[in-house]
Amino acid sequence: MIAFTLKRLGSGVLLLAVICTVAYALLFANGPSIARNIVGDQATAEQVAAKQTELGLDQPLPLRFLSWVGDAFAGDLGRSWFGPITVSDALVTRLPVTLTLIATAMIFVTLIATTLGTAAAVKRGWIDRLVQVGAIVGDAIPGFVVAVVLATIFAVQLGLFPAVSSIAPGAGADAWIASLTLPVIAIVLNYVTASAQQIRSAVIQQRERDFVRTLRSRGLGDGEILLRHVLRGAAPAGLTVLSLQFVGLLGGAVILERIFAIPGIGQLAITATVNGDIPIVMGVVVYTVALVVIVNLVVDLLNGWLNPKVRVS
Amino acid sequence: MTSSDTSSKRRRSSVALRLVRNPLGAAGVVILLVMVALALLAPVLAPFGPNTAAIGNTLAAPGGDFLLGTDSAGRDTWSRLLWSGQLTLLSALLCASVAIAIGLPAGLIAGYFGKAFDGVSSWVANAILSLPSIIVLLSVRSAVGPSVWITMIVFGVMLSPGYFRLTRTAVLSVRNELYVDAARVSGLSDARIITRHVLSVVRAPIIIQTALIAGVAIAIQSGLEFLGLGSPQDPTWGAMLSEGFRNIYTTPMLMVWPALAIGLTTGAFVLIGNALRDALEDMPGTRLSVKALAGAATAIGTASAPVRSRIPSTVSVRTLAEPVDATPPEDAAEHLLQVDDLEIGYPDGDGGLKRVVEGVHFHVDRGEVLSIVGESGSGKSQTAFAVLGLLPASAQVVGGTVVFDGVQTVDPQRRRIADERMRPLRGRRISYIPQEPMSNLDPNYTIGHQLSRPMVKLLGVSRAEARKRALALLERVGITDPQRTFDAYPHEISGGMAQRVLIAGAVSCEPDLIIADEPTTALDVTVQAEVLDLLRTMRDELGVAILIVTHNFGVVADLADRVAVMQQGRLVEEGPVREILHHPQHPYTRALLGSMLVGREPLTPLTTTTKGPTS
Repeated sequence: MIAFTLKRLGSGVLLLAVICTVAYALLFANGPSIARNIVGDQATAEQVAAKQTELGLDQPLPLRFLSWVGDAFAGDLGRSWFGPITVSDALVTRLPVTLTLIATAMIFVTLIATTLGTAAAVKRGWIDRLVQVGAIVGDAIPGFVVAVVLATIFAVQLGLFPAVSSIAPGAGADAWIASLTLPVIAIVLNYVTASAQQIRSAVIQQRERDFVRTLRSRGLGDGEILLRHVLRGAAPAGLTVLSLQFVGLLGGAVILERIFAIPGIGQLAITATVNGDIPIVMGVVVYTVALVVIVNLVVDLLNGWLNPKVRVS
Repeated sequence: MTSSDTSSKRRRSSVALRLVRNPLGAAGVVILLVMVALALLAPVLAPFGPNTAAIGNTLAAPGGDFLLGTDSAGRDTWSRLLWSGQLTLLSALLCASVAIAIGLPAGLIAGYFGKAFDGVSSWVANAILSLPSIIVLLSVRSAVGPSVWITMIVFGVMLSPGYFRLTRTAVLSVRNELYVDAARVSGLSDARIITRHVLSVVRAPIIIQTALIAGVAIAIQSGLEFLGLGSPQDPTWGAMLSEGFRNIYTTPMLMVWPALAIGLTTGAFVLIGNALRDALEDMPGTRLSVKALAGAATAIGTASAPVRSRIPSTVSVRTLAEPVDATPPEDAAEHLLQVDDLEIGYPDGDGGLKRVVEGVHFHVDRGEVLSIVGESGSGKSQTAFAVLGLLPASAQVVGGTVVFDGVQTVDPQRRRIADERMRPLRGRRISYIPQEPMSNLDPNYTIGHQLSRPMVKLLGVSRAEARKRALALLERVGITDPQRTFDAYPHEISGGMAQRVLIAGAVSCEPDLIIADEPTTALDVTVQAEVLDLLRTMRDELGVAILIVTHNFGVVADLADRVAVMQQGRLVEEGPVREILHHPQHPYTRALLGSMLVGREPLTPLTTTTKGPTS
């Protein structure tokens, strides 16, 4: 198990290193273009060159990258080019908002999808059809369109929720709940049927396994067999789809935060992208990939813990 | 070659036909065709250019010159919708093309040649798949500025792992097929083998994947444009949605049209993709037959063709006349198990019923070993599962009675074995030894847990007591290190040991009857003899009756007191083991016996009497 953990951890660190290198090369390579983007089309060549020097973009790329890596190890991801704030500060104040949104939504998705998927597999009938049709509908309508419709009806037209999030430093729990309810509903609507569908297939597959019949022949109850044996066997498949959805939401949150005006990482990323605030964009990439690595590691470990073949050997 | 070409053409046209016949698929095709036609005809249909602004006519209501009104810059919404369709659909096409252009060859090379390329490309594919695409697209936008085309090329790269995996998996499964080996031996080059044999396999999944990916591409492209990250000059549905969202308080209708266009188009792609998948899965030859549903179910000769009738009417008068409650027939009390006129059927998919067991009757006394013999598909396992009450959900007990120690378990009204009558019997009075030992232990729990749990549950003993008894049972079934086996997971023990564990499990609650379904078939020959010895010991020491299902007369001769021979769902002969072995009356019994004797003339194949599929 320790060797297994170290191997997964190593793979994650490698992923982080490769992505950081590629992203840095992509974002910082074209010094003149970056400087031109900031000072504007009307600026003279001298102004562009001055900006380049000011931002240190005239140095060779490998040198800049090495110094960035050195600072990053010390926890310093640089400063914003557009305001008196470090990249880390900008990210750390916004990260809790985004993570709260994603984590809350995923908890609901997990609970509802597991219940729906298991019920569909065991009971079949109308609930099964609901899951099947729901999965197609969920695939067919882009999530942000659902979110836009929800925002229009419930926030703008009916005024039941704030159209602009009231989350701010020091805001109370009621502000968080009021601001996050609609986006969480939007995520759940968009994600729940897809994961329910996966869980349904996994449960159906598990129920057909030989040992389930043998357990029944031993006199164990259907409820115990379902909870202890069938769901346990279906858990890795469910974990995989839920972790993929979690990672997908790290991107999807960008659009949701825009629609519901939530001050999270996504809003920061959009503003930085439009302005050309490259250090912030780089910071967003680093944080996101780090989160992906952590989520994947946790899922790998959970799977290892669930599966005795990995755990014992 | 020509014949395979024409057949593959027929197959393709038949898939297209199925796609259109599926109402959802047809709807998807129609919507998509309308969208493509509108986009192509934009230069003819659109009264204005995409960016032609009518100053002074901003946010105009629908009507007059402006069919759907104008936006905040005075641009005609209808015209912009058409032009946007052009750009949006083209960008989806570009995205899918890039994804295929990268994923397909990479998957072919990785799957066909393997080695280092496979390792590296698989790692890269996993890495790409683990990144949230919007974040990547934001960084690309930061680096190179707004461009629909560059965004879609990058997104195509992000989607290419889907094609890569698909192709690689298909190639891996085809590569080792015999016909590919044959092609290689006959001197075909790798390139020709790939194009001829491999591409034909991956074509269908790739078409499905492309339909789904086109929808995703439109969704993500619209999402980015919605964020205001596109070029202001490019008309797209996402940009229009963004414009509508900005004016949501004044003219919410501005948002409806692009949202509808995006929803309909992505929806159409998903519907087409799903319908294509269904069409390919329903192709003749791949369809699940009744055989798969019924397990060992086999057609019962032509004499008793499937009874075609609605479900209630198949209950014969004779069945209805029989007792509905759990009261047994009078003579049943003297036997431990008595089965009379048992009939089991499965729905044949056309409203009829295919019978796999017909008019079977036998009994088992306490401490007796009855063997049911027959070849695959004779209905012997179905009979055994009926006694256990563990038939598949689709099985119907059409008629007859099963009486165990005075309890009639068949519920003729529901045409099932009544679970509420079986529940107190299962494990405690009747237990089960399966055929394939490894797949009958839950890989996620230790042997010890799976052995002691039923004792805690059924006998009400403490966990410590159950543990003690489980260890004693393991020792009793001949396992030399009970403690180690108790703590082991199923994957850590051998098949022979697993079968001993299952036998220990079957006797753990001291049942009166053990149903053993081919308990030695999956084992090595040497282990077979040991397991039979063990079963005999259990019978002698515990006085338990055994109903053993087998196709092997060696097992019968070794263990059974009496034999029942089944063929095609019917009982053809029954009697004491010596009598049957020495003086078989029925030709089928003679044929079965003959098939196991060494040094005899080859017989005519048994298949002359069997028409249905065997399992």
